[in-house]
Amino acid sequence: MLRDENILLIGEEIGVFEGSYKITTGLLDEFGPRRVRDTPICEEGFVGAAVGAAMLGLRPVVEIMTINFSLLAIDQIVNHAAKMHAMFGGQVSVPMVIRTPGGGGQQLAATHSQNLEVFYAHVPGLKVVAPASPADAKGLLTAAIRDDDPVLVLENLALYNTKGEVPDGEHTVPIGTAQITKPGRDLTVVAYSRAAAIALDVAHRLETEGISVEVVDLRSLRPLDRQTVCISVRKTTRAVILEDDWLSYGIGAEIAATIAEGAFDRLDAPVRRVAAAEVPLPYAKQLETAALPDAAALTRVIHETLDATGFTAHPTTPAGG
Amino acid sequence: MPEVLMPRLSDTMEEGTLSRWLTHEGAPVRKGDAIAEIETDKAVMELEAYDEGPLTRILVAEGTTVPIGTPLAVIGTEPQAAPDQPAPEQARQTAAPAPAPPARPTEGPAQTIPATAEPPAPARRDEQEVRTSPLARALARRHGIDITTLTGSGPGGRIVRADVDDAISRHGGQPGAIRPPTAPEPAQPAGPAAAHQTPAEEAEDDEEVPLSTIRRLTAQRLTQSTQQAPHFYLTTVIDAEPLLTFRADINAQLGEPGPRISVTDLLVKACATALRTHPQANSSWDSTRILRHRRSHIGIAVALEDGLTVPVVHDADRKTLTQIAREAHALADNARAGRLALEDLSGGTFTISNLGTYGVDHFTALINPPQAAILAVGAAQTQPVIRDGELAVGTTMALTLSIDHRVLDGATAAAFLADLKTLLEHPLGIVL
Repeated sequence: MLRDENILLIGEEIGVFEGSYKITTGLLDEFGPRRVRDTPICEEGFVGAAVGAAMLGLRPVVEIMTINFSLLAIDQIVNHAAKMHAMFGGQVSVPMVIRTPGGGGQQLAATHSQNLEVFYAHVPGLKVVAPASPADAKGLLTAAIRDDDPVLVLENLALYNTKGEVPDGEHTVPIGTAQITKPGRDLTVVAYSRAAAIALDVAHRLETEGISVEVVDLRSLRPLDRQTVCISVRKTTRAVILEDDWLSYGIGAEIAATIAEGAFDRLDAPVRRVAAAEVPLPYAKQLETAALPDAAALTRVIHETLDATGFTAHPTTPAGG
Repeated sequence: MPEVLMPRLSDTMEEGTLSRWLTHEGAPVRKGDAIAEIETDKAVMELEAYDEGPLTRILVAEGTTVPIGTPLAVIGTEPQAAPDQPAPEQARQTAAPAPAPPARPTEGPAQTIPATAEPPAPARRDEQEVRTSPLARALARRHGIDITTLTGSGPGGRIVRADVDDAISRHGGQPGAIRPPTAPEPAQPAGPAAAHQTPAEEAEDDEEVPLSTIRRLTAQRLTQSTQQAPHFYLTTVIDAEPLLTFRADINAQLGEPGPRISVTDLLVKACATALRTHPQANSSWDSTRILRHRRSHIGIAVALEDGLTVPVVHDADRKTLTQIAREAHALADNARAGRLALEDLSGGTFTISNLGTYGVDHFTALINPPQAAILAVGAAQTQPVIRDGELAVGTTMALTLSIDHRVLDGATAAAFLADLKTLLEHPLGIVL
């Protein structure tokens, strides 16, 4: 915002209240109400306003309180923001950003705990990024703001308290690049957002059991870095996908298809997916926990996939690192 | 609408094996087109279509044996009512894709497709398809390994990379290494994995010859013969002069129409006659027992352009030489024209292979299973012979009997060969 005065923030309770999740803390004081604009509870209205502002040259960063509420604005996002550039022959661009958190696990019940990113990742004209680390959050948000197309930045409620190194100063992550957050030999886990963080933990733990898991953090759901996924699976010959969204028609289905197309002859086992139970997410804590994919489920499926190919672990001494 | 059924190709046929589809689903079929090869216990026959239309569905997989009357395929529009019992191929096709995930996974509600979502293991071996991971298949191809010879250690018998790596390392390759197929090291000892040996590298100017049915069947039968029947060989050299004189005399007596009597015809009659008193040599091996044949049906090996066929002269001991000559002549003609009926190929109890006409001095033949013996006949040639203690010029012929040692032994076979020799050297006995 310091660098480009065309950047402005729009959203519910982002100014005086500093955002439901305090993401915009201090920005109203620093940049004033002209650039940090509180809106009524009317997603379609303020997203539509942002589309118009972007068409006229501003770079609005919209906060939708959670991705669940984006459904009220989906026509503006899918039919307007995503289409303008193509339908008007490139005469206009829509350089807007929609920041919105998704995910369950916060006991917010079924309507407030969804992972609807696949709705948007499905739509050409939109870009969808999903950082899993603080550094990527900075790098991807910066890249999204500077991008001339509408970008949805998927945040995750469960990741807001994640601590990690963040590069000082200028830091952008190119949209459309996955990252191997942990290299490995035996099996590839593909994940994004919260699931990528879980995958990384599991991979580190399995390393001590002699299982070398490679973790691919997609970071960007559209455009999708298919090459990094396929290169990894071609190396490890086995793949498991961990995703927070529902299994059917989910991001994992797209990844599995990508692997089938790009690494078929190197697959030694069926690609397995670990995803959320196909139910509206329960409110009760135990049920909510049971419905969400977790480290235990991922670990079990990794073991099953390895077992199916006669894999033998080669444990290293834990003190070795 | 019309279904193609497993035909009854002979009176004794109860089931047939769909050995190969000559067309594929969706392909147009015209009346009279050969659409499949059916293998019976006797022969491989082509199955002709009686109907026209697209081959809508194949119901029986290659290699499957089914009773006669079983629907093999559907030509044209499919029947509305589903068949009571799905044909094997059908069952397999529905089972092959990964089933939908169950509503309630067994362990923890978080959704995964369980690894148990495997198609059920096929019930019968002949329906079994080879299940492999794509990587295993690719590695096997790269190393020239026939993946169907491997045993899978993965779920449901899936062949995985580890199984291919095992096979590679058994013959000294580099497991998992990505390299083009190479010829095996000549210095390498032939191990038990010889069947997996990498074939010689295909050169640019090599020509690929697809196997014809007859070539494939010849290969299959003769491989079975050498692998299963323990062969031994007895050779005798006969004085062929009386036989050739006898033949010339008969042919001089024969009227103009009708074929001449050949040496082979005489051999057929002589063998059939000798077998009457040596039933041990007129026998078949039947894995748990020996079948001793009362009747002598003599097969004659006929060379085709691309393979070998053995039409049979039935009851040759009871037929006249002219009958045999006529039959053998017609059989050979029909064999070369590909017009042999199944009966012509059925029931042989003993086989004669005569390469004498090709000028071969002497050779050994492979037994035509399940028969117990085969006679290899060399050319009649002018040779120095000892006659009454004096060196003379004579005509001889080398006969080599190949015998399945499971069925009979050396002395028994020698007795048969001795009687055959006597008969051929005193050929009047052949027609008595």
